[in-house]
Amino acid sequence: MSKIHVKTRINGEAAEFLCEPDETLLEALRDRLHLTGTKEGCGSGDCGACSVTVNGRLVASCLMLAAEAEGAEIGTIEGLAKGAELDVLQRKFVEHAALQCGICTPGFLVASKALLEKNPDPTEEEVRYWLAGNLCRCTGYDKIIRAVLDAAAEMRRA
Amino acid sequence: MALDEYEKRDFRVVGKRMPRPDAIDKVTGRALYGADMHVPGMLVGKILRSPHAHARIKAIDTSAAEALEGVRAVVTGADFPEIAPGEARNVRDNAMARDKALYDGHAVAAVAATSAAIARKALKLIRVEYEILPHVTEISDAMKPDAPVVQEGFVQENVPEGFSDNVISYHQYGHGDLDAGFAQADKVITRRFRTAATHQGYIEPHAALASFGADGTADLWVCTQGHYYVRQLCAEILQMDQAQLRVTASEIGGGFGGKTTCFIEPVALMLSKKAGAPVKLVMTRQEVFRASGPTVSSEIEMRMGMTKDGRITAAEAELHYQGGAFPNITVQFGAMAAFACYDLQAVQTRGYNVLTNRPKQAAYRAPGAPMAIYAVESVVDELCQEFDLDPLEVRLKNAARKGTKASYGPTYPDIGLVATLEAAQAHPHYSAPLGPNQARGVACGFWFNFGGDTSVSLSVDFDGSITVTEGNPDIGGSRVSIAMMAAEELGVPYESVRAVVTDTASLGHNEVTDGSRVTFAVGLATIKAARAAKREMCRRAAKIWGIDEDAVIWEDGCAKPAGPNAGKFEPLSIKEIAAKSSRTGGPIAGHHEVNAEGAGVSFGVHIADVEVDPETGHTRVVRYTVFQDAGKAVHPDYVEGQMQGGAAQGIGWALNEEYIYDENGRLLNPGFLDYRIPVASDLPHIDAVILEIPNPGHPYGVRGVGETGIVPPLATLSNAVSRAIGRRMYELPMSPPRILKAIKGG
Repeated sequence: MSKIHVKTRINGEAAEFLCEPDETLLEALRDRLHLTGTKEGCGSGDCGACSVTVNGRLVASCLMLAAEAEGAEIGTIEGLAKGAELDVLQRKFVEHAALQCGICTPGFLVASKALLEKNPDPTEEEVRYWLAGNLCRCTGYDKIIRAVLDAAAEMRRA
Repeated sequence: MALDEYEKRDFRVVGKRMPRPDAIDKVTGRALYGADMHVPGMLVGKILRSPHAHARIKAIDTSAAEALEGVRAVVTGADFPEIAPGEARNVRDNAMARDKALYDGHAVAAVAATSAAIARKALKLIRVEYEILPHVTEISDAMKPDAPVVQEGFVQENVPEGFSDNVISYHQYGHGDLDAGFAQADKVITRRFRTAATHQGYIEPHAALASFGADGTADLWVCTQGHYYVRQLCAEILQMDQAQLRVTASEIGGGFGGKTTCFIEPVALMLSKKAGAPVKLVMTRQEVFRASGPTVSSEIEMRMGMTKDGRITAAEAELHYQGGAFPNITVQFGAMAAFACYDLQAVQTRGYNVLTNRPKQAAYRAPGAPMAIYAVESVVDELCQEFDLDPLEVRLKNAARKGTKASYGPTYPDIGLVATLEAAQAHPHYSAPLGPNQARGVACGFWFNFGGDTSVSLSVDFDGSITVTEGNPDIGGSRVSIAMMAAEELGVPYESVRAVVTDTASLGHNEVTDGSRVTFAVGLATIKAARAAKREMCRRAAKIWGIDEDAVIWEDGCAKPAGPNAGKFEPLSIKEIAAKSSRTGGPIAGHHEVNAEGAGVSFGVHIADVEVDPETGHTRVVRYTVFQDAGKAVHPDYVEGQMQGGAAQGIGWALNEEYIYDENGRLLNPGFLDYRIPVASDLPHIDAVILEIPNPGHPYGVRGVGETGIVPPLATLSNAVSRAIGRRMYELPMSPPRILKAIKGG
């Protein structure tokens, strides 16, 4: 079977790749484009490590076909910082020690960013429920929740 | 002298919350984990796994797979050379079955192909002829004399008679006269407990990239807690010299003990050797659940006697653990740890290790201790209720302290249990009011901690900056702690030190990142390496000044003339000495190699408030506080992180997580949807209170902190739930149906 040619935009830049018809967006990002910041933890949409945004909407990239990215605007962890300047969420994750092994961190950051764009003033409960689709096995979530709430507060002040 | 290392001092860097060196890479996606490495010409490996719990492999026909275009190698058990009995052979036989498939998910063949799609197609073309054998997955079934035997030849001589050959080892600890002890009690109770097998649940699946050269050398890139051990195992399995195999540890996406051994690495190497090209092998999540190393399940009988004023007069426990189809020592740790929190005159534990048709267990955070201490702490709590005594008071009354002879043999030096219990007692959480359907539980926990073989090299670079080269994968922030200890000892700014984890070819041997050993043992070796570098810098300063080297001291990050020369020369900083080092004898470095002894044991106490819904049996954790002795918290954020993370894993174990097998011995829930680990909305904030009772075996007093935190939650939650529903729970997990059944008196 011949491959499919996909033209898309990733983190604000034009990108194109060839993929198999049954290839996931996650596989294309990692194996075709070598954007390995997006992680595979389960391949079944249960862990959130592969979180990206597609046209501004939070998506588990392991559950979306790469071919469906045609014409879409994709956002990944690699696009969160502006050059050397970290996004406020990234800075707060570092300040609050909101990561240990770090494998879930890109997914948490992408998901948290999507939350704060929708809801700039979430309660702790709203943050916990929004991030319930992102698994972290190291931290017990305590410092992650604190980091997201602190980032939201700083963004509101700015 | 392991126990006289500690010296009281005022810290300048240690104890502060410094930025960790790997943090930016991890928040930007730059950090490279096991599956993130790509190399030119790389093939994709995939593994075919047994659908049967126990089956003889009569024949494997790989010819159709080999003939498929794009397939470069097919490997079966027959490709691996014969080796001597021992752990490497067990690892080999677990990585690829030989004559029998021993559990659902056991590897039977592997392929390497030019794409994942071709590899998957090739697996479907492999024909395996199985003869299905009777299987056994539960402990009590496996122990029966007529049980199907999982593997012959592992029974040790001291195993008592009357069991099947699945009962392979027996361990006994204790002291004192049990009969006399029980006779002094006002109440003696005997209770039986069961805990389910759980998985470490690291988010990163196992991944390895192997590249075997035609000259017989090989490189392996792998996510592991111990790349030196991976090298040792793989070199023996592939019958090559360790020096010919270089292993590089990637960043590691969680391990918790589950990445302390090999599962796919020997297969990746063998595929690469046969294919003559690099091969990347990554487990799926389903493979992680079915064929990596979950923890043991347990059946425990516990007997304890107490006086009405709360003194434990005697206690004994019989522990039965199964850890799958291969030997392990987890029940031995359980038998040693069970009563470690208490000062007992009469105590005995007996541990039985049982083979079943389940995956080969691996370590899971304080391996063996959580389930044993769950049973002990449940019985203590029940006796506290019996006599209407305060559960922390009773624990204080019986607590192990300096000079206590532990049930597993040693006499404790300075330990922190009493201080930890007192901190819990004084904390506002312990006296906070409770709402309807709510109750409070407490429990203690313990872990031995470990030191072990460790190598560190510390280089004073020409510009005066410092590189610390260590060999332990950083699983939760150890690089920052190592760099902080180097900065502390040298008297330089933290920012001038960088700690890196190197490959097996670049530094002497290092034991696995396990036993909560890294901040203790690598920290100790780093401090000693820094001291060696300071001695060398004093020699160089003496040379520059033209004075005797004994007349130079190191103070505030500088070499200073001392004794009769004091004040005669301006102090020389590291920068100045480093800049001249080429002219004063060459590069300056310190190194230290040690089998570190003196790892201090660590105790913890947890308090949990739960609310149990009487309609659904669902438990909500309302409030949770962890108290733990860290000896000295080098980086408090990451010490708290260990305490919080351990508690969260223990909460999952207590309330929800379990391996569920069907009647055919197939795992029913090999995914995160059905094996549900706690998510953010399941948990409250977990407050962490760090105690610092210095470990006499470390220059700064450091104890390991990684493992103790998973031990208390099992009983803490069980005690809280039991008090909330007014009925005692004896089995984990306390899933809603099980709690509902208990409420309804089932």
